[in-house]
Amino acid sequence: MKYEPVIGLEVHVQLKTASKIFCSCSTEFGREPNLNTCPVCMGLPGSLPVLNRRAVDLAISAALALDCRISPFFKFDRKNYFYPDLPKAYQISQYDLPLATGGRLEISANGSSRNIDIERIHMEEDAGKLVHAEPGHGVPKGTSFVDYNRAGTPLIEIVSRPDLRSPAEAHAYLDALKHILRYLDVSDCNMEEGSLRCDANVSIRPAGETALGTRSELKNLNSFKFVEKAIEIEIERQTEVLESGGRVIQETRGYDSAKNTTHPQRSKEQAHDYRYFPEPDLPGFTVTPDQIERFRSALPELPAARRRRFQTKLGLPAYDAEVLTAESDTADYFEKVVGLGADPKKTSNFIMTELLFNLKTAGLPAGRSPVTPARLAELLKLQADGKISGKIAKDIFPAMFEKGVSAQEVLKDQKIELIADAGSLDEPIRQVISENPKAIEDLRAGKLTVLGFLVGQVMKKTRGQADPKIVPQELKKRLGI
Amino acid sequence: MSKTGLDLSACQLADAIRDGELRAADVCGTFLEHIREQDPKLQAFVTVLEDDAMRQAESVDRDHSHAGAALLRGVPIALKDNLCTRGVPTTCSSKILEGFVPPYDATVVARLRGVTPFLGKTNLDEFAMGSSTENSALFETRNPHDPGCVPGGSSGGSAAAVASGMAPLALGSDTGGSIRQPAAFCGVVGLKPTYGRVSRYGLIAFASSLDQIGPFARTAEDAALLLDAIAGPDPRDATCLATAAPSCRAALSKPFEKLRVGLPREYFQEGLSAPVAQALAATRQSLQDLGCSMVDVSLPHTDYAVPTYYILAPAEASSNLARYDGVQYGLRAPAGNLIEQYLNTRSAGFGREVKRRIMLGTYALSSGYYDAYYLKALKVRRLIHDDFSKAFAQADVLLTPTTPTAAFRFGEKVSDPLQMYLSDIFTISANLAGLPALSFPCGMDGHLPIGAQLIGPALSEARLLRIVHEYQKDTNWHLRRPQSILRSPQKRKRTPGEAG
Repeated sequence: MKYEPVIGLEVHVQLKTASKIFCSCSTEFGREPNLNTCPVCMGLPGSLPVLNRRAVDLAISAALALDCRISPFFKFDRKNYFYPDLPKAYQISQYDLPLATGGRLEISANGSSRNIDIERIHMEEDAGKLVHAEPGHGVPKGTSFVDYNRAGTPLIEIVSRPDLRSPAEAHAYLDALKHILRYLDVSDCNMEEGSLRCDANVSIRPAGETALGTRSELKNLNSFKFVEKAIEIEIERQTEVLESGGRVIQETRGYDSAKNTTHPQRSKEQAHDYRYFPEPDLPGFTVTPDQIERFRSALPELPAARRRRFQTKLGLPAYDAEVLTAESDTADYFEKVVGLGADPKKTSNFIMTELLFNLKTAGLPAGRSPVTPARLAELLKLQADGKISGKIAKDIFPAMFEKGVSAQEVLKDQKIELIADAGSLDEPIRQVISENPKAIEDLRAGKLTVLGFLVGQVMKKTRGQADPKIVPQELKKRLGI
Repeated sequence: MSKTGLDLSACQLADAIRDGELRAADVCGTFLEHIREQDPKLQAFVTVLEDDAMRQAESVDRDHSHAGAALLRGVPIALKDNLCTRGVPTTCSSKILEGFVPPYDATVVARLRGVTPFLGKTNLDEFAMGSSTENSALFETRNPHDPGCVPGGSSGGSAAAVASGMAPLALGSDTGGSIRQPAAFCGVVGLKPTYGRVSRYGLIAFASSLDQIGPFARTAEDAALLLDAIAGPDPRDATCLATAAPSCRAALSKPFEKLRVGLPREYFQEGLSAPVAQALAATRQSLQDLGCSMVDVSLPHTDYAVPTYYILAPAEASSNLARYDGVQYGLRAPAGNLIEQYLNTRSAGFGREVKRRIMLGTYALSSGYYDAYYLKALKVRRLIHDDFSKAFAQADVLLTPTTPTAAFRFGEKVSDPLQMYLSDIFTISANLAGLPALSFPCGMDGHLPIGAQLIGPALSEARLLRIVHEYQKDTNWHLRRPQSILRSPQKRKRTPGEAG
């Protein structure tokens, strides 16, 4: 039988705030254990949470960018369970009145793009981290420590509808999500540092069936690649179960990336009763339509919209638009150069070939390029005016980048003369015409292939400084063809 | 004794210290000496901070730069032992907090530090759960008016300390009557402020949506002074009101307005003891003599207050007390694995009443029961709140008994939780509605004090205090000192497993 996979993703994203969600402790990653803590995030008796407004702002921006409806009233709830990394033995989260509901995310996979529905986005605090002692450190075997640095880090959980139909689509969803959230500067979305985490709900059903099959929830997915692989292997496992006449049971399964297998962790019967109830320490929050509009108008243009604008308004090919909008920094840079009068396609070519290569080598974002948009615009103008050739432009760019100087300075430094105007080509062209009568004759007879040869001769006489685009025009003008 | 102030009110002490007639250190020393004398009989204090208090008092005497800045400068105070005090053990009278020393001050403690020397931490029903202080895991506190009777609870230690003159002022907390009921039993003034008027930061939570910190004092004026010192916005408590309320003490010197006093008929029915009913009738007459008019009002959902409270408060408590798991601080019982650590620690660390309420609350929040219990209780809470709104359209304040009877005897109710719960029948509604309520001495049942309660609209503390201040000008119930504090055996330590 042919089965159709049905996949939904629950993605936890760490909001990029300076301080934690309910106290003023730093969220800095990688500090000494328990350094970023206070009575509030340690859950000491008597301490109370106070909501970090910056976290709400970031969460609302993310929700609007994902086309969600912002709840006019939202509140926090307590999710009760015991675990040593959870200092209060409850997590402050959102249950029945989350921050936002009903959005969508455009993904492109297998050469086509479509919208995936988002069910809800809610805010919550992160837990701490257990550190298990290595044997032989003077502590009894099996001793564990708790590091509360991460406890109280602000998170949003983005829950998709079960709209994804393949492991590749799941990967594409994560790519698109990461793209938008990084673009908004809402999160670093760094899976290694834990600023993005993902659980996958996976089920299968006979093709054509509309009812959902029994799902398993996959955990411990540590990279986008592993998300894809774990879903793949889980689909295979569920298919085998059904093919052999068995039944898929609802459970949580862990992914083992070394073995590329999933194994049962917790069945439905063992599931916690979290005893959610409204967090009495935090009043509910109202968001007015005016506030939502202000957030919406403050949103930067999102990658998909910008990509479309680059194509329709600026005439860029789809590929260029995609590359330029991959990072908002690059797109901003591009727009600044074009804003200074440069041709969009020529600018795009130059950025994609020269600039991005140099930036990558130097490990810099476009926003910190030593060649400023103004300097690139100036360089492109020299070329457009025929004062330097494209080749020269490319040749001097690394020096501009390395020394952080203008094109004029590099030209002066390297004693490259500007081609003042077409008049200065008069003498070299005159010489080439008189030195190559046979070729001239062929050209006049209509054999256009010799034009390249003649251009090459002129270039040689100008030591490569003539613009190879202008030379043929000037040649033809001189010959009256 | 008068030169060091045992018989002076907090206001008189503050004035004398400000004017240089008394030294804060002498005042503090006198109270500490009185504690040394009386507390072995009464057992109001869990911790007495002799050195700390003297150091604070001496620094008040040395540093005159703030003179006049704080009205209470130099007047010593006792703190209920569920208020976090930096560097001083804070026990909640529970074994599970054994060894816990908070690294920070509760907001109210921080506001008083450097102003009022802290005499010590007072006993309470474990985690403020109880009405007699018998649920303390440490020891029982005695009623200064009769050592065979309970002081009430849960703030029994604070009430007994003020009533016996061991402290001119004390702080307590009130979740369902825990300030007002012991104030009534011990014959002192006890005020539960409007929810959000005083920051809860650093008050070890019992039921977050009901808890409020408030003052114990002998006079309304003293209570006003203390409330002014602790109230006001706090950025550390999101449920604390953002607007500062006007000074209560200043309101006391304004002309007395003739108010409409509502008598909720549901509070004057069966179950009320004859002496309490008589004392209330006399109080009513006194207020009429002051020019107040009496109005008959109804609070029709009163019968549901106790059951509603015993869903909501335990539900919140079950979550608030989940953090006592032996991981970070307090008791950690020996165990072979994590689950055992949880089970052993919580089994050994909590007393019976606390366990009972954790179970009640856990049940009420469980999947499948939430709607029938917790959600329903939230709706009834709203109805109770609306009852008061309607009553306050007819009356400026409500007058009720604080308790159905005067103080009961040790052991009388501790074995019957339901009977114990009903001793808060008149005080619980004000917590559910978030309203300010005050208990003041209004009569005696033999040698035991009787309390009357005034409940007002939100933020009407000044009005309540103004009425009692006027009442106390014409009456002397608040001046009745315990007849005798009888000889009594050594401190009775609880043995583990005993009802607690």
